[in-house]
Amino acid sequence: MIYWNSVGEFFAMGGYGFYVWGSFGACAAALIVEPLLLAKRRSEVLRSLQRELSIKDDLQ
Amino acid sequence: MRPLITWKYASPQHFYPLAGKLIPWFVALTLIFGAWGLWLGLLVAPTDAQQGEGYRIIFVHVAASWMSMFLYVVMAFWAGVGLGFNTRLSSMMASAIAPTGAMFAFLSLWTGALWGKPMWGTWWVWDARLTSELILFFLYLGFIALQAAIDDPRRADKAGAILALVGVINVPIIYFSVMWWNTLHQGASVSLTKAPSMARTMLLGMLLVALCFWMYSIVMTLLRVRAIMLERERHTEWVANLKEVRP
Repeated sequence: MIYWNSVGEFFAMGGYGFYVWGSFGACAAALIVEPLLLAKRRSEVLRSLQRELSIKDDLQ
Repeated sequence: MRPLITWKYASPQHFYPLAGKLIPWFVALTLIFGAWGLWLGLLVAPTDAQQGEGYRIIFVHVAASWMSMFLYVVMAFWAGVGLGFNTRLSSMMASAIAPTGAMFAFLSLWTGALWGKPMWGTWWVWDARLTSELILFFLYLGFIALQAAIDDPRRADKAGAILALVGVINVPIIYFSVMWWNTLHQGASVSLTKAPSMARTMLLGMLLVALCFWMYSIVMTLLRVRAIMLERERHTEWVANLKEVRP
C-alpha cells in the first residue's frame, strides 16, 4: 500500500526533496506558529484584563 | 414559538462561549483530515508520469491557494455585512479571518515558487495567475495595515470593509486567469464539469488536505475572534464576569 521502498527514498523524493520538503515544511511551520501566536495574544489580553479589574476592585 | 433562526449568537456576549465550545471539534477535524490527507499524498499516492515526485507539492499548493481565495470572499462578506448592518461581530469576524487568509496566500506563492523552479526553471514569472495571487496577498496585508492604522475600531471596520469589497473583483480574476490569458501556469486541477483527470488517490489526498486547511482556518478564526472580542469589549460587564477573567 505504501508507495516507497525505503525511508531514504521517501526523504529524497526522487531528487525533488528540497522543493517538496521546502513546501511541506513551510506549511507545517506556519500552521504551528499561528496557533502559538494566538495563544500568546489571548493570555496577554486576559492578563491585562485581570490587572485592570483588580485595580478597580482595590479602588472600590 | 421559537424562531427558526436565532440571532442570539450575533452578539459577542453569546458568541464568545459558543466559539469556545466549537474549537475542540474543529481541532479534531483538522487533525483527522490532515493525517489522512498527508498519508495519501506523501505515502500512498503513486508518482506522476511527467513531474516525478516533484508533483507532490500539489497537495499543499492547491489547498493553500483555494483557501486564500475562499477566505478572502468570506472576509469580504462579513466586512460587507458589518458595513451594511452595523453589526459589530461581523466586522470582528472579517478582522479575524484576514491574517489566516494572508498566511495561505503567502503559502500559495511560496509553494508555487518551489514548484515552479524545478518544473518551469524559474521561481517566479509575472504572468496573470501568479501576479493576481500576489495582489491577493497585498490586499490582505492592505486590509490588516489599514485597520491597524485607524484608532477608532468602528471607523477601522468601515474603511477595511470598503477595501475588502473592492478587492473581491480580484478573486474571479485569479480563478479564471488561466483561461483568459496565456500563462505558464497549468489549468484548473479540479473541474466541476469535467471528469477528473487525476488518479483517484491524488484527488482524494488533495481534497483531504484542503478540508484540513479549511477546518484549521475555522479554528484560527474562532481563536482570533475570541481574542478580538476580549480586546474590544474589555470595558463591558460580560467580559468582566467571564470566569477566565475573574476566577
